[in-house]
Amino acid sequence: MSMQTSTERIRTAVGHIVLMFGVLVSLFPFYWMVVMASNTTPDIFSYPPKLLIGSHLFENMGKVLDNIDFFGSMLLTLIASLGVTVLVLFFDSLAAFAFAKYEFPGRNLLFGLLLATFMIPAQLSLVPQFVTLAEFGWIGSLKALIIPGAANAFGIFWMRQYAKGAIPDELISAAKVDGAGFFRQYLTVGLPVLRPGLAFLGIFTFINVWNDYLWPLIVMTDPNRLTLQVALDQLNGIYGTDYSMVMAGALMSVVPLIGVFLIGARSFIADLAAGAMKF
Amino acid sequence: MAVTSKTAPAAITRPSAAAEKPPNKYRQAFPQYAAVSPFFILFAIFGAFPVLFSIWISFHSWDGIGQMKWVGLEQYRYLLTDETFWKTIGNTMIIWVLSTVPMLLLALVIANALHNATRLRTFYRIAYFIPNVTSVVAITLVFGSIFSNNFGLLNAFLRSIGVGEVQWLTSPWGIKIAIATIVTWRWVGYNAIIYLAGLQAISADVYEAAKVDGASPRQTFWRITVPMMRPVILFTAVTSTIGGLQIFTESRVLFGDTSNIGGPGDAGLTIVSYLYQSAFIKNQFGYGAAIGWALFILIVLFSIINWRLIGGNDDERLTRRAARRVERRIAAQNAKREAADVHANVD
Repeated sequence: MSMQTSTERIRTAVGHIVLMFGVLVSLFPFYWMVVMASNTTPDIFSYPPKLLIGSHLFENMGKVLDNIDFFGSMLLTLIASLGVTVLVLFFDSLAAFAFAKYEFPGRNLLFGLLLATFMIPAQLSLVPQFVTLAEFGWIGSLKALIIPGAANAFGIFWMRQYAKGAIPDELISAAKVDGAGFFRQYLTVGLPVLRPGLAFLGIFTFINVWNDYLWPLIVMTDPNRLTLQVALDQLNGIYGTDYSMVMAGALMSVVPLIGVFLIGARSFIADLAAGAMKF
Repeated sequence: MAVTSKTAPAAITRPSAAAEKPPNKYRQAFPQYAAVSPFFILFAIFGAFPVLFSIWISFHSWDGIGQMKWVGLEQYRYLLTDETFWKTIGNTMIIWVLSTVPMLLLALVIANALHNATRLRTFYRIAYFIPNVTSVVAITLVFGSIFSNNFGLLNAFLRSIGVGEVQWLTSPWGIKIAIATIVTWRWVGYNAIIYLAGLQAISADVYEAAKVDGASPRQTFWRITVPMMRPVILFTAVTSTIGGLQIFTESRVLFGDTSNIGGPGDAGLTIVSYLYQSAFIKNQFGYGAAIGWALFILIVLFSIINWRLIGGNDDERLTRRAARRVERRIAAQNAKREAADVHANVD
């Protein structure tokens, strides 16, 4: 560092200026969301526009609660997101453990089949999926949000890559000698070692389910049982002219998730990047 | 497992038989099959069956409730002549290009700056990644107000600097630019983080050689970094293509009107919006299924094009090619320096 030449120092400074500008662009919409959520709608419509945070935030939030069942939607979204996350973590890690650490007839064929499912875009089967769920009588129920996504190819692939390197074969052999069956080996040897990988997959799954829009828009047809995203869209559709209220709703829907993300952000970002490098 | 402990007493009564007969390898692997089965069972019900079923549905005229009426290839024949369908392909392509090109270029620039920055690394990464975890619905509402024709922040800014207003949300290009901006904003950071991982995987020796050789940062970036990042760039190109062809939420939320989900003149109607509109608003399930297949074919086609354009070479060959380029340059540089020395001596 001390040997840095002046041109290098300038380059570093320019780099930071570029990065800081990018950070401003990244974060500005959040600031703007707060500005709009904390001013009145006439203020927003005025020219020149108000650029500073106002004093009407709680008033606008109150209006959101009056117009939609915000906490009901939030609870529904939370249950769906947690439900999918717990099932995905269990099923994906169990399958990944078997794929990564055991030889069994047809293993490679099955894993190849699993990878092939990546090719199929979700929208291809949107119509028949809806019809199938309607046939099951699941339309409008939480089952439609949770069960179809309870295990996924991405998670199994990702966890298998992780398990291959992380779980020592000796530990499994030792567990076998102790007379532990497969499931016990998974619980005592696999799970503890896989914990950091599970943290990533858990946050990833939770965020995706929480933010999903198209699928809940189609299957949650009961207007009293909407996920947060669909409820927010509906709030905009019905009360679109009351901008400050819609923005307060948007803000309320975004804050919890960013909170969840920030808890594990550091290792989450590193794991995501490492995962992409393995493809 | 429980199975082995229960069969143990039986084995004791017939020890010779158990020793001679090799254990059934399939039955032995039962726990493993059970472990991987949840995915395959769910996929069979909610993945494979619907895919096959969607072929069947696409051969019918069906409103989802009443009798299915066999129409053969009529839906596909109509699809090829449907002006709205071709328009959605055009819209999707334009939005995809308008978002993917700036997105990947900006991501590369940011990743490069992040790679060189020694301070504030964690802060930068989190700040750049936050847009990606934020709900599309909420952020589209914010951008919708920024792009608003009458009271939007962007037009207020343009007015104040004397440029004049742009009809962002009513003109065909304005709509596409607005949607592409939202997509770009959400994904630049994500791609930058992945490029950063790619940059960090490049050996320091290569850069050292370029530095010795006196290559400028720009030369190093375009002649070494970009070629060596090819596999990572391919990954981001394929994922952005697949994502770009499936754009839906941005345009759907930007124009919150169910009777006109593509905005004025359908200028923001994407392929998936059209699928949604056909199947779930107009109840044309057969046609919706046919659009789904058209989308699938497009995704496969574009993935192949990406693969051909960017990838197709293995990592090793690329690394060797980049290394050779560095060697050549070092040689050329040395020759030039020698020539310069000769000149200096003469002077």
